[in-house]
Amino acid sequence: MTGLLDLFSIAAIGAGTFFFFAGTVGLLRFPDSLTGLHALAKADNLGLGLVVLGLIPRADSALSALKLIVIWALVLLSGASTSQLIGRALRRGRK
Amino acid sequence: MTPSVLAGLVGAALVGLGLYGLIIHPHPLRKLLAFNLIGSGVFLVFGIIARRGAAAGFAFDPVPQALVITGIVVAFAASAVAVALILRLAAVAGSVTLDPEAWTRPKGEDAR
Amino acid sequence: MSLLPYFDVGLALLIVGVAVWIIAARDLFASVVSYVAYGLLLAFVWIRLYAPDVALTEAAVGGGVTGVLLITAGKRLGALKSIAPEAQPGLGFKLRIGVLAALVAAALGAVMIMLPDPPPSLAPQAAAAAAGAGAGLGNPITAVLISYRSFDTMLEKIVLILAVLAVWSVGSDKAWGNTPAPFRQSKPYAPMVFLAQMLAPIGALIGLHIFWVGADAPGGAFQGGALLAAMWMVAMMARLVEPPRVDARWLRLALIAGPAVFLIVGLAGEFVAGAFFAYPPGIAKPIILIIEAFMLLSITASLPMLVAGPPIERSEK
Repeated sequence: MTGLLDLFSIAAIGAGTFFFFAGTVGLLRFPDSLTGLHALAKADNLGLGLVVLGLIPRADSALSALKLIVIWALVLLSGASTSQLIGRALRRGRK
Repeated sequence: MTPSVLAGLVGAALVGLGLYGLIIHPHPLRKLLAFNLIGSGVFLVFGIIARRGAAAGFAFDPVPQALVITGIVVAFAASAVAVALILRLAAVAGSVTLDPEAWTRPKGEDAR
Repeated sequence: MSLLPYFDVGLALLIVGVAVWIIAARDLFASVVSYVAYGLLLAFVWIRLYAPDVALTEAAVGGGVTGVLLITAGKRLGALKSIAPEAQPGLGFKLRIGVLAALVAAALGAVMIMLPDPPPSLAPQAAAAAAGAGAGLGNPITAVLISYRSFDTMLEKIVLILAVLAVWSVGSDKAWGNTPAPFRQSKPYAPMVFLAQMLAPIGALIGLHIFWVGADAPGGAFQGGALLAAMWMVAMMARLVEPPRVDARWLRLALIAGPAVFLIVGLAGEFVAGAFFAYPPGIAKPIILIIEAFMLLSITASLPMLVAGPPIERSEK
């Protein structure tokens, strides 16, 4: 049973790491900042979500697992808001 | 190479980099950033001392760590005072520079 | 088989690389953003050095609040119209300074390698103090901060007040008593308001939680206070609240509450427990928590005031 859980953790964290990697490559290779924001959003939401999913079976208690999910939700919230703000600043040609 | 020796070398490198940036950059805010870099390098040195002082059942020596926590907050307070001074200086002298020549011709609307 | 040494070396190279970028970037904004990233990476190093409390403080204060301070400063400098072009120093000067800086770094690095062995440590004294006066505290850092080195911590709170006074006194004489400049001039964009409305209550709860568990686990008044201060700043940035007047009584009371309570308890210890800053053994833990709570209030009040800046005249708004 624990072997299966470990395998699940490894698979989920591996997939999350792949999304982080893909997001970074996108940020570096996409032509301008707006498309780079798009790539970053994938890393934040999916990548972190998969990593958190992989860490949940390894958490000490239900409370720690809940804290991990709250961390992911907070990153989602701040990532979405700041992407909007950065996008608006880019549209207005500020940076 | 244990983490503490590695962190010590990184701390030394950061102090050197910060010193270089502090002297080279003419813009006061860049100098402030370099100064903060020196500060964090010094804190890293404290961190090694704390890690090596593992004794009495702890994995670390808590006294240098408490000093570093205090130091980080004080460094931020000093940065805030520096920023306030830089902004006021820029408003009075009309340009963002530490060059004394610029002060002799105050251009701001509240030259006092 | 451990991969940790590779992680350590990779992290060290990354940190030095980001630090080089802080110094070498052409543009002030890039430099400040690198500094924030650098602060967060440094938190990792602190974790590897078995210092989670310091990691929390570095991420919150060193990376987060200092980043807000520097970006606000850059924005306000950009608003000042005439900025003289910078006179870059010549290459010879840069080379000479580079050699000297490298010498300093090399000397410090040599000291790091040749540290004394067996390493001296204050851990036994700290443990004895934690077991005695800080009885019942599971977090030795908190015990050291409030009990073993309580005088240092109280002086540090007073330094925070002095910094706020210094920032306020930089404003012009006519402006004394007014509010600091608002964080933004125009009406904020809706996602910013949404972020502030959602994040501020949750962040405040998390900040209070980190303060409360600081007695037994990594955390404490500084880290929790930095989070609470950040939530207040987010609310001010979304113009949900405005920066208060600097002569507001509640603000001034909040600022001095921390060191005042600390000092009173320390002086009372002279009479009750026989020495300055000694705590009576039976009620040490509640006293420590009371001191920490007022410290939390002071930190939450002073950090945003430091970022908000000096009061400005009505006409400048």
